[in-house]
Amino acid sequence: MATSEHRILSSRFGRKDGHKLSVYEAEGGYQALRNVLGGKKPEEVRETVKASGLRGRGGAGFPTGVKWGFVPQDAEEVYFFVNADESEPGTFKDRYCLDYDPHMTIEGTIISSFAVGAKLAFIYIRGEFGWLIDRVQKAVDEAYAAGYLGQDILGSGYNLEMIVHKGAGAYICGEETGLINSVEGVKGQPRIKPPFPAVAGFLDKPTIVNNVESVAAVPWIMTHGAEAYAAIGTEKSKGSKLWSVSGPVKNPGVYEIPLGMPFREFFNDYLGGMVDGEKLKAVIVGGSSVPVLPADEIMDVPLDYESLGEAGTMLGSGGMIIIPESSDMVELIQVLMHFYFDESCGQCTPCREGTGWLHRIVKKLRRGEGTPNDLKLLEHVCDGMMGLTICPLADAAVMPMRSFLEKFRPEFEVLIQENEPTGCQTRWPRGEQE
Amino acid sequence: MSKSIEQKDFQLSAETLASIDGIIEKYPTKASALMPCLWAIQDELNHVPEPGVDLLMEKLDVTRARVHEVLSFYTMYRTEPQAENVLQVCHNISCHIMGARGIIAHLEKKLGVRMGEDTPDGKYRLEGAECLGACGHGPVMQLGKHMHEYLTPEKVDGLLEDLGKGETPRADTDRELEE
Repeated sequence: MATSEHRILSSRFGRKDGHKLSVYEAEGGYQALRNVLGGKKPEEVRETVKASGLRGRGGAGFPTGVKWGFVPQDAEEVYFFVNADESEPGTFKDRYCLDYDPHMTIEGTIISSFAVGAKLAFIYIRGEFGWLIDRVQKAVDEAYAAGYLGQDILGSGYNLEMIVHKGAGAYICGEETGLINSVEGVKGQPRIKPPFPAVAGFLDKPTIVNNVESVAAVPWIMTHGAEAYAAIGTEKSKGSKLWSVSGPVKNPGVYEIPLGMPFREFFNDYLGGMVDGEKLKAVIVGGSSVPVLPADEIMDVPLDYESLGEAGTMLGSGGMIIIPESSDMVELIQVLMHFYFDESCGQCTPCREGTGWLHRIVKKLRRGEGTPNDLKLLEHVCDGMMGLTICPLADAAVMPMRSFLEKFRPEFEVLIQENEPTGCQTRWPRGEQE
Repeated sequence: MSKSIEQKDFQLSAETLASIDGIIEKYPTKASALMPCLWAIQDELNHVPEPGVDLLMEKLDVTRARVHEVLSFYTMYRTEPQAENVLQVCHNISCHIMGARGIIAHLEKKLGVRMGEDTPDGKYRLEGAECLGACGHGPVMQLGKHMHEYLTPEKVDGLLEDLGKGETPRADTDRELEE
């Protein structure tokens, strides 16, 4: 659990009663909303969030306040969407936010909706989070009963309705235009941009889509001020970030730390290092779609947007996957390529066909039927996918594929040389083959 | 075609019909209510049969193609009756590293089915699932609305024992009882 002194988002994590309105209110909850609706103008809220340096925590890292500023000033019908379709492999932080502290996200959503002039907000939760949807719906009901939602909120004249929308199993709906299409009641296939959703989104009206973790930070920022938030972190990566850590470390879980903490410190002091008998081999730092880094390349990298970019990877969603020495990297990339192949929405040819090619070639290598040409073919298929599709799903498959191949090439080559699989002898689960 | 028979047998409770009308009321356009309406039908019947599609075409003023497109695009909607207990084991990267394969092999042995199959008595279905968003708690399995986490063969045995007795096993995400 979070042990940092910067507990902006995680102060109620792990607490059984943290999701209750009474607890949230007793700890200062909805005070930020009272202050905002008690006399602040929407543009003041937008300016404060912009000045705080808060960046989108879903993966793209785009400044939240800047995104809000793209909504046309004369727009009469604006929609606000909270993206809780958390499905990037390795990521489970939004689940913690909504499970342990749904009111913080709800309050953040109301303030954010006010800032952009929305009268209807959706919280889009992935369908697999069944229990969580009930929990958030209960919290929304509580907020309605307390007068934080509905007509004339807290006597301010501001109206906002909120709908908890249940997804139904589609990774692609985490992409903001896929998510919007999904709520419109069609396949969750991403749209061509521009126009961006802030100009023409849901029902072709201006729409803001923000990640749970981004909106959850908004009440704190409004209460403590932009400067206090910007004082945390680095010059360009401001504030705190939730990291969801999986794999064989002593203490996996969700942690809130200031941006910029070196990986070594986080790994040793928070995660407790590897479980006994395991050695760190590699880290996928920001969810499965970002490039993998071998242990020696990540150890001294500060965990912030810029430093991770310079190191050749990305901060992404903060879904940190710890890979132990005992793992077979070709087996792991097969798992990931199966995932992207399975989740490609099929709209763009490079992605629809490319993800299938990558998966089949890796499978062929592991069957011991690879030829030297197959490694070249992997690279060639990657070249034909990267940056050539409507949404970043193709890139998301290419980045791990290329980096696994580049950083752990001997593990691929040995399969060709010996022409038989090495490492784990267990077959891929039957019935799951394409 | 058995459609007419199915049509005759198709019946939704008054609560579900009312909830569908409530959803349509709440959503900004009729068509945008499609996903939650499909959920309402599936929640009652455990799948969405063709007459359910007919109903939504009429209520939401959408084409059959559009309803089918949504039904087939999203993996959680089912158009055929489901087994009583659908066990979905995450086989993505974090759970894989933490031993999901062993859990799957154990379940295949215990249930006598392979991944993607139902037991002959229709009591269990074993499926693989992509990342369930519980990576730090792996290996994990989804059963109904809940997650069963930190799975071991022993834990799986206990879970199957509960299900065999017709009891709902205690899920890691179910904290309601403690409240």
